[in-house]
Amino acid sequence: MIDEQTVRHVARLARLGLDEGEVARMQAELSGILEHVERIRALELDDVPPTTHVESVANVMREDVPTECLEHELALREAPATREGGFLVRGIGA
Amino acid sequence: MTALHELTAEAAIRAIEAGETSSLELVDAALERVTSDPWHAFLAVDEDGARERARAIDANGERPPLAGIPVAIKDALSTRDLTTTAGSRILEGFRPVYTATCVERLERAGGIIVGKTNMDEFAMGSSTENSAYGPTRNPWALDRVPGGSSGGAAACVAARQVPLSLGSDTGGSIRQPAALCGCVGIKPTYGAVSRSGLIAFASSLDQVGPLARTVRDAALTLQAIVGRDPLDTTSLEWREPIELPAGERLDGLRVGIISELNGEGIEASVRGAVDSAAATVESLGGAVEQVSLPSVEHSLSTYYLIAPAECSANLARFDGIRYGRAAEGADSLLEHYERTRDEGFGSEVKRRIMLGTFALASGYYDAYYLRAQKVRTLVVEDFARAFERVDVLMSPTSPTTAFPLGERTDDPLSMYLSDVCTIPMSLAGLPALSIPCGFADGLPIGLQLAGPAYSENRLLGVAHALEQALALDQAPPEPA
Repeated sequence: MIDEQTVRHVARLARLGLDEGEVARMQAELSGILEHVERIRALELDDVPPTTHVESVANVMREDVPTECLEHELALREAPATREGGFLVRGIGA
Repeated sequence: MTALHELTAEAAIRAIEAGETSSLELVDAALERVTSDPWHAFLAVDEDGARERARAIDANGERPPLAGIPVAIKDALSTRDLTTTAGSRILEGFRPVYTATCVERLERAGGIIVGKTNMDEFAMGSSTENSAYGPTRNPWALDRVPGGSSGGAAACVAARQVPLSLGSDTGGSIRQPAALCGCVGIKPTYGAVSRSGLIAFASSLDQVGPLARTVRDAALTLQAIVGRDPLDTTSLEWREPIELPAGERLDGLRVGIISELNGEGIEASVRGAVDSAAATVESLGGAVEQVSLPSVEHSLSTYYLIAPAECSANLARFDGIRYGRAAEGADSLLEHYERTRDEGFGSEVKRRIMLGTFALASGYYDAYYLRAQKVRTLVVEDFARAFERVDVLMSPTSPTTAFPLGERTDDPLSMYLSDVCTIPMSLAGLPALSIPCGFADGLPIGLQLAGPAYSENRLLGVAHALEQALALDQAPPEPA
């Protein structure tokens, strides 16, 4: 189960500005889903190693050779707001 | 001669080579159906670009394997300068600045992109109803879902708009819509196809693959896109080329029916069609036995922790600063993020971001995410044991045929259950495909075949032999 306070906390972590109606709905829906997935908490898993990835990929290295990269203008093309050749970001103050 | 839009890719290639048609004629025939689109399979169409490339291919005389064949691309794959939204409002109007490697490879093989297909937002869903741009309709029954998330990719092939499309599959998103629309869909071995340019959902599960009307057409497409890509460090060297299957017998083949996926929770008509496919395997010389994969029971729970956890990290990039749609008038950076994401994401995407953020949060990580990763190990081990006994595993692709639009939209868990048969193979990174194996009340039923990593050629061979024996390639009714 998950309470509304936890929903608000998780929403803040996820940078989702949920309104009160969404918080209540999310609380009910997430609780339902968690109740279902809770089933795996009953399994005996102490000696089982976790699988993060099905391939055994080690670090992949390449030669450090400069190649062509995205043109500056193209990199900015899709930005909602730009200024002086950069992405425009609001201040971090409240 | 058959109408141009009715041709499979193989037949169309032969027709071009015989001088009976041209790429431009094929592309024009495809565009006519793609622009009218009563199924709403497409989100963007590139009429001018497609015609221009068709003319170029007709003129230059080079014959790469798919020369001049119209293809569609799921909107989760980036296409330079061609609008790519992943079915989300947050990417409305977004024009990527580069093209996904698999799309480039398909174009290099001669494929001509006519447009981008509809999907559940960020590939999260099993019905295409989570698209911010409205649902796709099933060509077999317009009041039913095409499945998802690659619903547009499956519908456009079933409806004879194009012979080939590319989809992506995280927990069943190629196979389940292929089953519900009555076409062939392949999720290759994890790493077989580069993910560079695929808008990421759950990176340890995401895999691109083809949808087509025949197994050989799907194999032709897979041939063009597999292999190592320096831009995706998890992509695999593909040593044994994908072959076009031709055999019609299954002598000596050992097939296992997954007992956990052939009982309770599977519609009777679907079970019946799978059982008769098993009888067909035997009539072609194969041996069929029941195989138990006990951890399959926990796959759904495991998936709905792992996939949301990975999605919550992947979707952090949508912040309304570098690209995509941004909220207007926020006072602070935090408010800008929160409002942009609240306005831009649909409810299923928010639900999964929340679930994943919760599962990864301090205090819950060990109880949820870590346990899910351990169960994933059990799933991998179950499959490994099964493949000591059999060559190929068989199950329904979807527990039901296509369900009515709106039936499951208010109940996330019932929607999640649509993927109960396809998720286990995704967790284990195994290749799996769906082919039509029957009809119930005029709706297609899909059969899933799965094998060990790198067993694509065997799977294609088995699928082709079954396809020939079952002879089910029928066209859905034309909309009034």
